[in-house]
Amino acid sequence: MDLSLSTETVGDRTVVRVGGEIDVYTAPKLREQLVELVNDGNFHLVVDMEGVDFLDSTGLGVLVGGLKRVRAHEGSLRLVCNQERILKIFRITGLTKVFPIHTSVEEAVQATD
Amino acid sequence: MATVELRFSALPEHVRTARLVAAAVARRAGVDEAVLDEVRLAVGEACSRAVGLHQNSGISAPVKVALIEEEKQFSIEVGDEAPHAAPDGSGAAQDGETDVEEDEMGLAVISGLVDDVEVSTGQDGGLIRMTWPTTPPAAVVL
Repeated sequence: MDLSLSTETVGDRTVVRVGGEIDVYTAPKLREQLVELVNDGNFHLVVDMEGVDFLDSTGLGVLVGGLKRVRAHEGSLRLVCNQERILKIFRITGLTKVFPIHTSVEEAVQATD
Repeated sequence: MATVELRFSALPEHVRTARLVAAAVARRAGVDEAVLDEVRLAVGEACSRAVGLHQNSGISAPVKVALIEEEKQFSIEVGDEAPHAAPDGSGAAQDGETDVEEDEMGLAVISGLVDDVEVSTGQDGGLIRMTWPTTPPAAVVL
């Protein structure tokens, strides 16, 4: 399965819905999307991972890169994820301390801290 | 003797194929269903790392994956032919900082996922061997 990406603006947040597999082959597409959003002035991103079937360290690297970019503009990058097998990868790499992870897009969009 | 051997050109698009084949063979070998996600992720990490090492070193040789079914255990070996830096750090390190970070992240995920993992490196390449226990096959149901 390939990677699917779509974006939607909710208030001052930009929601990026990701579906499929994020791996060494598809991660560059996600990186391009995040870079483009930040270059266009979208500094508060919510990445909805509910449709993601597979995530590897390359995908984690892209998300960390996105976080660095938005932080350079005092922005934020929040994740939406309820899938245990995806959450496990964030836990074993210690990235749960780096990313705010929410259970729904609504919760992520309303979060302020 | 490996149950299944796979060789693929060091290209990112083939890593998914390696994941799918490894998971299929692991399932057949009797690796617990609950662990198959980990097998898929770990072999993907090892293959992504090997692809990156070959590409960074300009090596045209394929990445090798051996899926080995043994009594009570299932092993996966992912071999690359990239010359690795010697442990004392005197080897030529051509990788950029980002590549090194991603390489380490991949290994971090593998060590977090797999209890039984051995990483060996030398001048002629590296090998990651990961092993999982298998459960004896249930009685055949016709």
